[in-house]
Amino acid sequence: MTAGMNEKEMAQRAAAEIRDGSSVNLGIGMPTLVLDCIPPDRTVFFHTENGLLGMGGFAPQGSAHPDLVDAGKQPVTSIRGASFFPSDLSFAMLRGGHIDLAIMGAYQVSEKGDLANWTAPGMLPSVGGAMDIAAGVQRIIVLMSHTTKDGKPKIVRELSYPPTGFACVSLIITDLCVIEVTPAGLLLRELAAGVSAADVIKTTGAGLIVPEKP
Amino acid sequence: MIDKSYRSSLDAIRDVRDGAVIMFGGFGLAGIPQNLIRALYEKGTRDITVISNNPGSRLGDNEYGLAPLFQAGRVKKYIGSYPTATRSFKALHEAGKVELELVPQGTLAERIRAKGAGIGGFYVRTGAGTLLAQGKEARTIDGRQYILEMPLGADFAFVKAYRGDTFGNLVYRYTGANFNPAMAMAADITIAEVEELVEPGMIDPDAVQTPGIFVQRILKGERYDRWYE
Repeated sequence: MTAGMNEKEMAQRAAAEIRDGSSVNLGIGMPTLVLDCIPPDRTVFFHTENGLLGMGGFAPQGSAHPDLVDAGKQPVTSIRGASFFPSDLSFAMLRGGHIDLAIMGAYQVSEKGDLANWTAPGMLPSVGGAMDIAAGVQRIIVLMSHTTKDGKPKIVRELSYPPTGFACVSLIITDLCVIEVTPAGLLLRELAAGVSAADVIKTTGAGLIVPEKP
Repeated sequence: MIDKSYRSSLDAIRDVRDGAVIMFGGFGLAGIPQNLIRALYEKGTRDITVISNNPGSRLGDNEYGLAPLFQAGRVKKYIGSYPTATRSFKALHEAGKVELELVPQGTLAERIRAKGAGIGGFYVRTGAGTLLAQGKEARTIDGRQYILEMPLGADFAFVKAYRGDTFGNLVYRYTGANFNPAMAMAADITIAEVEELVEPGMIDPDAVQTPGIFVQRILKGERYDRWYE
């Protein structure tokens, strides 16, 4: 067994943060795995910014409709009690603080909870709804690999990537650990199986508060 | 008796001139006015400013929706939130052949809505302090930073609804509404294409999502491609 969590386990850990009856926006990529991690006894209204509250899952082959897609433009289904609405209303939900939780990927998160996830230096930028979500959603969880592919820290003292929003991230879930952003700094809350606090400290570019038994 | 209906997409866009500023509803390929886009391509209109969430959409190696207009060099400027949706936009932009105004998706929707609603601008937290706040007035409201965003209008809005009547009342379906209702309000001339065009009275007034006052022309779309099975 290799140390740390795989993507599925990370998604399951993120799903544990989702309360019954809450509204949740999932970012494109790894966060969409969270969809399949909700126990059947929990009702969650997944929000997709192109105009659906109550997204089901990806549409099975043969039942896709071209006018029913998620924010990643994939054909999806809707659940009982879902609603459809235009973009301006959808972003009123996000910016107005009506959506309880967003789970997003990131290039970098700073020790103050600043988020960089919309573009990298030198790239043609797309922004989509990332900045609206960062500015308006009550609680933001970042789901990302602990380091870049070449081993550089993604949790840093100050962002070097262009910021999406400031002091907006509450919780960071990586393959190595779970870190909470607190007013005192980054608090190491949980370690993945086979991972030590020393492993996390070594691969983190910001100060960490390490309790006796995280 | 008011009848805003046109016989064909081409007929409805006949007076769209080179250099026109046009809003296109749709998100990805959901709710795009695909017949009006095809007609605009056939008409050969040039130097268009496109306002749309994305400049077309890519599925596998093929690009659909607005992408052919970009590929054919008809677009001078693109205003939207997701330019990397197609490879063709990226290539054209890198070659300096198309201008880009990048707008956060919610700000894009609200700027368009503001234009249609007669609002002269508004403050949002979205983007405050970021690269996309450059050149925009900043203001602190209740202790938080906001930036001023201005209304966004167009000469034409090309929108798509599921059903419409000859007065221009529109009903959307699923996530096909997206930017269409706001855009319908924000242009000098709004042209709506629908899958079903019905007589007035056939749509329950309670079900109307865009009242006909916002729509100047309406037509039944000639052909609806499905991109998914």
